[in-house]
Amino acid sequence: MTAVLDVQGLTVEFPTRRGTLTAVDHISFSIGEGEVLGVVGESGAGKSLTGTAVIGLLEPPGRIAAGEVRLAGKRIDNLAYEELRRIRGREIGMVFQDPLTSLNPLYTVGRQLMETIRTHTDMGEKAARDRAIEMLAEVGIPEPRRRIDQYPHQFSGGMRQRVVIAIALLARPRLIIADEPTTALDVTIQSQILKLMRQQIAEKGASMILITHDLAVVSEMADHITVLYCGKVVERGRTRELIETPAHPYTRGLIDSIPDTAHRHDRLRQIPGSIPDIRNLPTGCNFRDRCPRAQALCAEREPDLARQHATLWAACHFPLKPGETA
Amino acid sequence: MLAFIIQRLAQSILVMLVVGLISFSLFQFVGDPVNNMVGQEATIEQREALREKLGLNDPIPVRFIKWVGLAVQGDFGLSYRMGMPVADLIAQRLPATLELVALSAVMALAIGVPMGVYTGLHRHAWLSKVFLTVSLIGISIPTFLIGILMILFFGVWLGWLPTFGRRGLVDLGGWETSFLTLEGWSYIIMPAFTLALFQLTLIMRLVRAEMLEVLRTDFIKFARARGLKSRSINFGHALKNTLVPVITIMGLQIGSLLAFSIITETVFQWPGMGLLIIQGIQFVDIPIMSSYLVLIALFFVVINLIVDLLYYAVDPRLRVERTAGGAH
Repeated sequence: MTAVLDVQGLTVEFPTRRGTLTAVDHISFSIGEGEVLGVVGESGAGKSLTGTAVIGLLEPPGRIAAGEVRLAGKRIDNLAYEELRRIRGREIGMVFQDPLTSLNPLYTVGRQLMETIRTHTDMGEKAARDRAIEMLAEVGIPEPRRRIDQYPHQFSGGMRQRVVIAIALLARPRLIIADEPTTALDVTIQSQILKLMRQQIAEKGASMILITHDLAVVSEMADHITVLYCGKVVERGRTRELIETPAHPYTRGLIDSIPDTAHRHDRLRQIPGSIPDIRNLPTGCNFRDRCPRAQALCAEREPDLARQHATLWAACHFPLKPGETA
Repeated sequence: MLAFIIQRLAQSILVMLVVGLISFSLFQFVGDPVNNMVGQEATIEQREALREKLGLNDPIPVRFIKWVGLAVQGDFGLSYRMGMPVADLIAQRLPATLELVALSAVMALAIGVPMGVYTGLHRHAWLSKVFLTVSLIGISIPTFLIGILMILFFGVWLGWLPTFGRRGLVDLGGWETSFLTLEGWSYIIMPAFTLALFQLTLIMRLVRAEMLEVLRTDFIKFARARGLKSRSINFGHALKNTLVPVITIMGLQIGSLLAFSIITETVFQWPGMGLLIIQGIQFVDIPIMSSYLVLIALFFVVINLIVDLLYYAVDPRLRVERTAGGAH
């Protein structure tokens, strides 16, 4: 079976006056039908760039310098803008972080839904409107017949994200790329939106890339997780295995920094330091300055992704054994 | 909506009263009209008689109320210099200025907006660089100089266009228009373009800056991500979002077009309000000066009212309807 999306060696570069920055460095992943892949990392790890590179919307001067992106077996990274435009919104739906700014404030929600349908199908005005109303109802917007003629500012943040999801799902795409879909929302709304997304994905048989910095969110949603650090994959594997027995000290650190209600009197653990500047990466392993296990070797040679156990791959010279703490 | 208009109208009336007071006070502080009207040999009795006849001995508030009462009816008194009703003089000159300003505004928008969109979308194209360089010239060269250069080039060297005056008019029931004959157009096109040039470059730069700003927003990114056509993104989504600032600036600029028209009218000897007021000032013709002031203020107030209504039409967020409002 061909993967819905297969990314091999994707590299995104930004030419600057002081040399070329490699923001995404030979990332590979693939997503099967109906699967959810979580892409996790701190800000600046290159996770959003990966998402925008896949749909060909990198802001110049950023560009894909190497690698291949295949959608259901067909290469899409070398398509012309116009060809890729037909795929965006139709075969790949996108949900962005901030629902408050994702919709054009000057047009009604209905108009924005309908123009999306009518761009990708030859539906008439009336049919498109019916479809839009139906879709609003599906994402749980009450009174869709009335709300469809309202403007984005008349919707709350959570409702607006539902509208954005409705637009992303309109053309029944095979793949949804959700870039921090709940980060800007209240915590109570977050779980509603996640539930909605999971349910819609399952109903439509779509796959999803869930990009987030929140490991707690992906662990609930994703089948597989890929952890990015400084534009590189540092660990990947099945969700359960990666969460329960991470091999990379960075993943361990991320998991430990999730507030745990069971041990609420413990001090919240954190990873010391911050992500290095990609203009000035250290030699060897990018994580070594922050890593409790770093040794001389880590400064000399960059570790490659290597299989740890079962489905788990990690790029570390001194990976954690199951049960070991950092 | 209605409440909004009524509130704005009330504000406008207040503004007009204040301007009226300033215009009226011109009569008090800029010389003695009686001195200007009677000859050197007039006796004190004659002067007093005229003073009484003109109502200049009434208390000031009474005179202001009388003045406002007449002004509302369009009666601004007699021009000292020409001895004709100011209202008639203005009615004669107004069409010339309004046509000039209107044509300039249309030119500035019709050329400036597309140039702004183009330079915003194709930032690195060589044509954008040409536009920007030319616009810098348009912004930095004073209007009168542009007018003179155009006269030299198109009027004197090429001999294509007449260099001054206003002819080829068609009378439409008291309103003489330049727009209905080719000759009329040949007279108006050069002064109108001279007047428009500054506004045009301003609008171009404004639209460009706004487009660059809007194109970076999330909703444009999302519009791209949902596969909309570039045309619809650039013109439907981006351009509409640049309109609010453009309307604001254009509203203010139409006011300054009226003001700048004084210079342009002088350069091209265009028989409009500008020429009237320049001559009025030279002769301390206070009724002309004060009614010009009132009229310009009236234009500003009306334009601002229209601008407010346009905001309302363009941006739904300003239509605050708490009754039908959405759940927040």
